[in-house]
Amino acid sequence: MITIKNLHAKVAGNEILKGLNLQVNAGEVHAIMGPNGSGKSTLANVLAGNEAYEVTEGEVIFNGKNLLELAPEERACEGIFLAFQYPVEIPGVTNSTFLKTAIDSIRKYRNEPEISAKEFLALIREKAALLDMDNKLISRAVNEGFSGGEKKRNEILQLLMLNPKLAILDETDSGLDIDALKIVSKGVNYFRSPENATIVVTHYQRLLDYIVPDFVHVLYKGRIIKSGGKELALELEEKGYDWLKTDEVEAV
Amino acid sequence: MSEENKTIENVTNSEYKWGFVTEIEEDAFPKGLSEDIIRKISEVKQEPKWLLEWRLKAYRHWLTLEEPTWAKVKYESPDFQDIRYFSAPKQKPKLNSLDEVDPELLATFEKLGIPLEEQKLLANVAVDAVFDSVSVATTFKETLKEKGVIFSSISEAVREHPDLVKKYLGSVVPYTDNFYAALNAAVFSDGSFVYIPKGVRCPMELSTYFRINAAETGQFERTLIVADEGGYVSYLEGCTAPQRDENQLHAAVVELIAMDNAEIKYSTVQNWYPGDKDGKGGIYNFVTKRGLCETNAKISWTQVETGSAVTWKYPSCVLKGDNSIGEFYSIAVTNNYQQADTGTKMIHIGKNTRSTIVSKGISAGFSDNSYRGLVKVHKSAEGARNFSQCDSMLMGDKCGAHTFPYIEVDNNTSTVEHEATTSKVSEDQIFYLNQRGIPTEDAVNMIVNGFCKEVFRVLPMEFAVEAQKLLEISLEGSVG
Ligand SMILES: Nc1ncnc2c1ncn2[C@@H]1O[C@H](COP(=O)(O)OP(=O)(O)OP(=O)(O)O)[C@@H](O)[C@H]1O
Ligand SMILES: [Mg+2]
Repeated sequence: MITIKNLHAKVAGNEILKGLNLQVNAGEVHAIMGPNGSGKSTLANVLAGNEAYEVTEGEVIFNGKNLLELAPEERACEGIFLAFQYPVEIPGVTNSTFLKTAIDSIRKYRNEPEISAKEFLALIREKAALLDMDNKLISRAVNEGFSGGEKKRNEILQLLMLNPKLAILDETDSGLDIDALKIVSKGVNYFRSPENATIVVTHYQRLLDYIVPDFVHVLYKGRIIKSGGKELALELEEKGYDWLKTDEVEAV
Repeated sequence: MSEENKTIENVTNSEYKWGFVTEIEEDAFPKGLSEDIIRKISEVKQEPKWLLEWRLKAYRHWLTLEEPTWAKVKYESPDFQDIRYFSAPKQKPKLNSLDEVDPELLATFEKLGIPLEEQKLLANVAVDAVFDSVSVATTFKETLKEKGVIFSSISEAVREHPDLVKKYLGSVVPYTDNFYAALNAAVFSDGSFVYIPKGVRCPMELSTYFRINAAETGQFERTLIVADEGGYVSYLEGCTAPQRDENQLHAAVVELIAMDNAEIKYSTVQNWYPGDKDGKGGIYNFVTKRGLCETNAKISWTQVETGSAVTWKYPSCVLKGDNSIGEFYSIAVTNNYQQADTGTKMIHIGKNTRSTIVSKGISAGFSDNSYRGLVKVHKSAEGARNFSQCDSMLMGDKCGAHTFPYIEVDNNTSTVEHEATTSKVSEDQIFYLNQRGIPTEDAVNMIVNGFCKEVFRVLPMEFAVEAQKLLEISLEGSVG
């Protein structure tokens, strides 16, 4: 699905990603963990095409296409979805207008007709119910005045509505209460299929009890320094990151 | 240049789509202003003597006035002797039906999206079309007549309903009001007149469409709307002008009178030629609009201002009667080198009078956009309430947004609330929408529409869509 090779990226003049490699195949869930400031959100933003981040080296192939050549909206239309760590508010624009426009933009890119109002309504009702979301949130302005947890839940609603190929979830679990965590995980598991893939960025092993990953990677100082199965997350929970900060990293 | 500005730089190079010129023979007066010219205007229009006298008094008063300079706009002041004060398409002296209107004129309005044949019109909107100095057609007159509603050009009203016109003309905006109001009173050529009889709810939206066509000609229309006790009317004005290199002056006056329990809803979609992207040409839009509310009456001004090189306009409400209500909802968009100084005045005189002000200013390019508003609560206005919300949105960092709220309260039982915000279309918002597949131009439109939502909501349905499109076109090219 996606192959990242030797990725280097800068933000505000500082190199944050320093030769990152990662391969994610269809049907897989990869968890990325790592200390604060190690570059997890940077990776997510670079993949989504945020222009504040400058790629200086490396390549990213997404379903056979050179991802780095595409504009952010083209990447979205090709099937990249980023659930933001800090979702922004769009005052005055209702969630439903926003989502219908998004769906229609993606359909247009694929030369498909617009979704009918009826079909759209049925779809959003179904997904909102799945996430235990109040219908009121759907008719409210995008994220405006939403609580932290509601914003995160809204990201997952968008994920289910747009049904992308690769979902990148940036700390979707932070700020969620236990019940919300379960619901959000349920949403993500519902999304999972042999045709798509998910990258989950998280600090907590707890999320991975619900969204069970196939692989766990540790991102440190802009590179992946360790990869393993889901048991790696448990080990990290127990030991922290210090034991991994070996000379192997410092040497490079 | 930061990313943010680069992005925003690219959404502002749109073309004015209404800039064509109609080739039509016109009867025009020589340039310049004098008592002779005013007499000639009055004569061509076969006006009664009292109106000529009123015009001349206004002119003599105007001669004593100075052009106002307090607005936050910079422009070369017009040479009033270099303007033509009357220009009308040549036509038969009297129009009995649309068949007699010059086909070239019908084609012009058709091209502007205002077909004048009734069967082509929106079924519930009657239109008065004003081309340069004269009204060329008013539709649905018969349907309105059945309800006793008078909707005609003001020139026709002067002939057909002289008593009504004489009673109300200048009663809300006297010619002594200000420099441009005096000029308008002296030389006004045409405009619309509406009278809603007691207890009548006007069965359709009324609309006037103003088109400036002739070069070097000023447009000075005058609109007078009277809703008698318990009457209701919703009125919309629209306007466009050809694309020309020189500035043209538009100085209109609108007077509204809402008698006891009456309601007038006045909506404007102002789309005069704004000048080119370097600031050359465009209309000077210096307008005085004011409404008077008697007991329990309500007047709402809603405006979507996207055009004109310079705008100077403050639709106001005099809340004279107890419990009367004034509302002002405004969207003002400036792009390139446009300048707008616009807002409202809410004058609370009666008891328990209420006013609401919602102003949304959007500035892009090198433009300057100011809100200027006065809320005055007289001693007599016990229990008066005002709420003002003035929001500005900046696109890029070369434009300006300013807010000048004036609040004068002489009654301590009243409440006046003022809120103001300034925001930027942020790169984060655009990226968020991009990330969901929405291209940047659509993303900006979405953000701007969201920002203006409270105002779109109060526009008549038919026009909300049009206004939304207009906004998109006005900001085309200002973000990329
Ligand atoms: N826009 C920016 N301007 C300046 N520095 C930035 C910017 N974005 C990220 N950085 C810096 O890049 C580094 C990596 O940030 P990033 O957000 O990718 O970390 P993270 O791994 O997601 O951390 P966290 O776990 O705290 O979310 C940090 O040192 C951060 O301060
Ligand atoms: Mg992060």
